[in-house]
Amino acid sequence: MSMRPSPFHDQLESLQQDVLKMGTIVEQALDQAVRALATGDIEAAQRVIAGDDELDRMEIAIEQTCLTLIALHQPLAGDLRMLGTALKLVTDIERIGDHAVDIAKVVVRLDAEPLIKPLIDIPEMAAVVRRMIRECLSAYVRRDPALAREVMGLDDQVDHLYSQVFRDLLAQMIESPDKTRQGAYLLLVAQYLERVGDHATNFGEWIVYMVTGERVDLNA
Amino acid sequence: MADQTLRIEVRHLDLFYGQVQALKGINLQVMSGLVTALVGPSGCGKSSFLRTINRMNDVIPGARMSGEVLVDGVDVYGAMDVATLRKRVGMVFQKPNPFPRSIFENVAYGPRIHGQRKPAELADIVEKSLRQAALWDEVKDKLHRSAYTLSGGQQQRLCIARALAVGPEILLMDEPASALDPIATARIEELVHQLKTSYTIVIVTHNLQQASRVSQHAAFFLSGELVEAGTTSDLFTAPRDKRTEDYLTGRFG
Repeated sequence: MSMRPSPFHDQLESLQQDVLKMGTIVEQALDQAVRALATGDIEAAQRVIAGDDELDRMEIAIEQTCLTLIALHQPLAGDLRMLGTALKLVTDIERIGDHAVDIAKVVVRLDAEPLIKPLIDIPEMAAVVRRMIRECLSAYVRRDPALAREVMGLDDQVDHLYSQVFRDLLAQMIESPDKTRQGAYLLLVAQYLERVGDHATNFGEWIVYMVTGERVDLNA
Repeated sequence: MADQTLRIEVRHLDLFYGQVQALKGINLQVMSGLVTALVGPSGCGKSSFLRTINRMNDVIPGARMSGEVLVDGVDVYGAMDVATLRKRVGMVFQKPNPFPRSIFENVAYGPRIHGQRKPAELADIVEKSLRQAALWDEVKDKLHRSAYTLSGGQQQRLCIARALAVGPEILLMDEPASALDPIATARIEELVHQLKTSYTIVIVTHNLQQASRVSQHAAFFLSGELVEAGTTSDLFTAPRDKRTEDYLTGRFG
């Protein structure tokens, strides 16, 4: 039996490219936001905030494409799972984009004030969640459930780093109450990154479902 | 939903038309109280399979089969006589095929040849069957008009009423809505939904959306083989076999 390319499958392919593109933009936004935090670069933070409108537009366009393809083609099996997955993924990706904006807003509020101590664990958290996002995107286009499951394992590292950051900042705030404001902001950043890890985990679960038809709850 | 018990069990079924093997080693269980859809491309054997259940293939020259088809545990090719079998297992075909008689006579025909002679009883059966087939309100004032005066969709519901009139337990439907427009199709599908509580229904359809709407179990046939069977939701969202996946996603060339 031969495989027949069809306009519908071309459209699915192009939808997948759109999701990939949105994911890549979000990963970069997150990177820029965390860098801006480390360097106190308010302009860079403003660019991240301004870029979010484009992500929102992409999300709406992808959702609309999914609904149109479902309505016009009534897809089944893998095609249906692919469309359902795209619908779910754009939500997770968009939320990650929102967290990049949240971090950028912290940068603006801190207004380039010197950091109470050099950032170590927060950039490390950011590096792990960015790796999760990148590998999810890669697992998505390669249809690789094993890689998706591997990515999920990284969420434990994120959670571990989050606890570390939490304890560390708490200790600093107790020690010198004048650090409380900045400490609270940095705690928020760590919390945002922890949430990004959860969204990336959802991403991975959906990839496993898309490829295998098997539902997993890796957050459990 | 009605109780689900094993109603039809097919074991190691092979079917040949002359030299051509139309069905290869089919094993399938059909449960009562729900609708089982048989799907697959043209020539895959799904209609042939349907016809083995009420021995409609017997009349095809050169057709021979081996294996077992059990209805309530009794082999229909063994102990059961064909007339009894066909009374228990009704069939509805792709194109409506009413007899060239009145609406009433179409429905009364079956019970009459099965020995029901009393006019009042026959009238009761006709009304009950037409009601079950959701046709009564449309025809109650013109029962003695020719069945051919009905629309295609009405004729198909008449054929369903005719099948129900002899009191079957199982209803086989071979593409019952493929010759009908979307409205008439929707009525047939709604009817299938209502009938499934009282009858075991096996439906052959080319229309995957129809299969997904009307059935709870589904079986995918390809080149005379039963590739995969399961709940319709599993089969249509996450089939296990790549051939099912390729068919459902339109990737066959």
